[in-house]
Amino acid sequence: MLKVLKMLFLFGLLPAAVAHAEMSIEIVGAGEHQIPVALAPLGGDAKLAVAINEVVVADLQRSGLFRIVDNAGKTPHEPSEVSYPEWQAMGAEALSIGVVEILEDGRISVKLRLLDVLKKSPLLGEVLSAKETQTRQIGHRIADLIYEKLTGDKGVFSTRIAYVNRLGEKYRLVVADSDGYNEQTVLAQNEPIMSPAWSADGSRLAYVSFETGHAVVFVQSVFTKQRTVLADFRGSNSAPTWSPDGKQLAMVLTRDGSSQLYLINADGSAIKRMTFSGAIDTEPCFSPDGQNLLFTSDRGGSAQIYRMPLAGGLEQRVTFGEGTNYSPRYSPDGKSMVLVHRANGQFYIATQDFQSGQMQLVTDGGWHKKPSFAPNGKMILFASEARGRGILASVSSDGRVKQHMFTQTGDAREPMWNPHF
Amino acid sequence: MKKLVISVVLVNLLAACASQKAPEAAAPAAAPASVAAVTAPVVEKAVVVDPLNDATSILAKRSVYYALDVDAVAAADKPVIAAHGKYLSENPSRKVELAGYADERGSTEYNLALGQRRADGVKKLLELSGAKAAQVSSVSFGEEKPKAAGHDEAAWSQNRRTDLNYAK
Repeated sequence: MLKVLKMLFLFGLLPAAVAHAEMSIEIVGAGEHQIPVALAPLGGDAKLAVAINEVVVADLQRSGLFRIVDNAGKTPHEPSEVSYPEWQAMGAEALSIGVVEILEDGRISVKLRLLDVLKKSPLLGEVLSAKETQTRQIGHRIADLIYEKLTGDKGVFSTRIAYVNRLGEKYRLVVADSDGYNEQTVLAQNEPIMSPAWSADGSRLAYVSFETGHAVVFVQSVFTKQRTVLADFRGSNSAPTWSPDGKQLAMVLTRDGSSQLYLINADGSAIKRMTFSGAIDTEPCFSPDGQNLLFTSDRGGSAQIYRMPLAGGLEQRVTFGEGTNYSPRYSPDGKSMVLVHRANGQFYIATQDFQSGQMQLVTDGGWHKKPSFAPNGKMILFASEARGRGILASVSSDGRVKQHMFTQTGDAREPMWNPHF
Repeated sequence: MKKLVISVVLVNLLAACASQKAPEAAAPAAAPASVAAVTAPVVEKAVVVDPLNDATSILAKRSVYYALDVDAVAAADKPVIAAHGKYLSENPSRKVELAGYADERGSTEYNLALGQRRADGVKKLLELSGAKAAQVSSVSFGEEKPKAAGHDEAAWSQNRRTDLNYAK
């Protein structure tokens, strides 16, 4: 079974599915310039080696930047066992080798080496260890090391995401690994939960809960699960988003009339109204330097994206042309944004470079909502729909590689990528 | 002051009963047997029949619906809201919560704002028809808690609405 799947991965023509008790993943497409990398099976504990390898392959594959070269039965574990010409002939430019073992205290340890097949030299050597239950985490860290060494960008496979799972009238706020596995429930209740937003350090989530009968903004630690009410004014309290320094949040209140943007300190003090449009202003997002807010507004007659300097100054429209636009999120470098573009009854995930003002669609039309960038800016997580269910999906920022992640039950909604590595 | 309020309430209740008689009399064949069976033995209760509980009253309509991205009450629904406003003005102890909803197109946050604007629009109309601000509150659920679960216009048209939920 695994071999067949691997072949599908290699040919890159068909969506490949990796079955799992909690999740299933489908990957479609391939990057333009893929680095051919071979992963020799880890020596040592064979069962662990297979489990870890599966995670590494899936991670590298969904980034779209790598082509996994089949190891053709070769299993070197030490540099001295590597015959470089053979790997060169197979088309590999990099080769990872190593050994996994279970230590006396039960922890897993991996000795990993990444070799430059063309230069016949070592690229990195690392020893990783983790609890015995954390084989997936170890796989993600290996994939991060390989990714960073070969692309120059930090890997995001060890990062976390948050989303809302809806099953009938049951709602759960969930955090999970970036591939959707290893999920943990932060909050479970029978009233809707919306708009989870990570603090920049990844320790806290702000979100909207309807548990008291209307939209109230809560802040909750993902570690201690301790939660506090941040804003509970009459009407709707919603769309929380953190400033990069974690001291403030921007959010939407209707206490003074229509949905307007407000700033509030993270302890709930010092509320300051920021917009006075009388229209719908919502979905604020801080620029990475903390100087500007992007937001959605229908002040011009339809939902479009606007930008305002926090120090005061002109609120400028940044999306034009046909259709409506929603849910802007800055890229980590602040040079572009990701957003939802709606045209002809279809929803697209799009990116827009601020300098050129050019919008680029990164998904085909469909039911695509709520995008957010990975902390390295190379991938985008969003909510999609397949087979009648709400699912998580990701796409490489160039739109070339897409991935669908099916949770076991219910609808996955409102995903947000943790900005913290 | 308290006495005055009570007497006003009583007058209103009597007025409501009186005004309710008209449609009943006009349509005696509607359900005379059941009305008689329920009301006749308990004379005291019959006095406080609330037009809100009259299925034939315009007040029985407790939802208004909207076109996509529209938050203004449709002309056809304005008499319904006006009747509720009048009822509230005549029954100052009654309170109503307006719950605004949107279909699932657009972002969840935009839809929450849209639902709030729909509910607040109804609130303004109720107040124009005599309801006091303190009698009317508004909330939005946006695209959450959809009444119809489908992903087509048949479902969406059900989900673009404001409900008038009277406090018991």
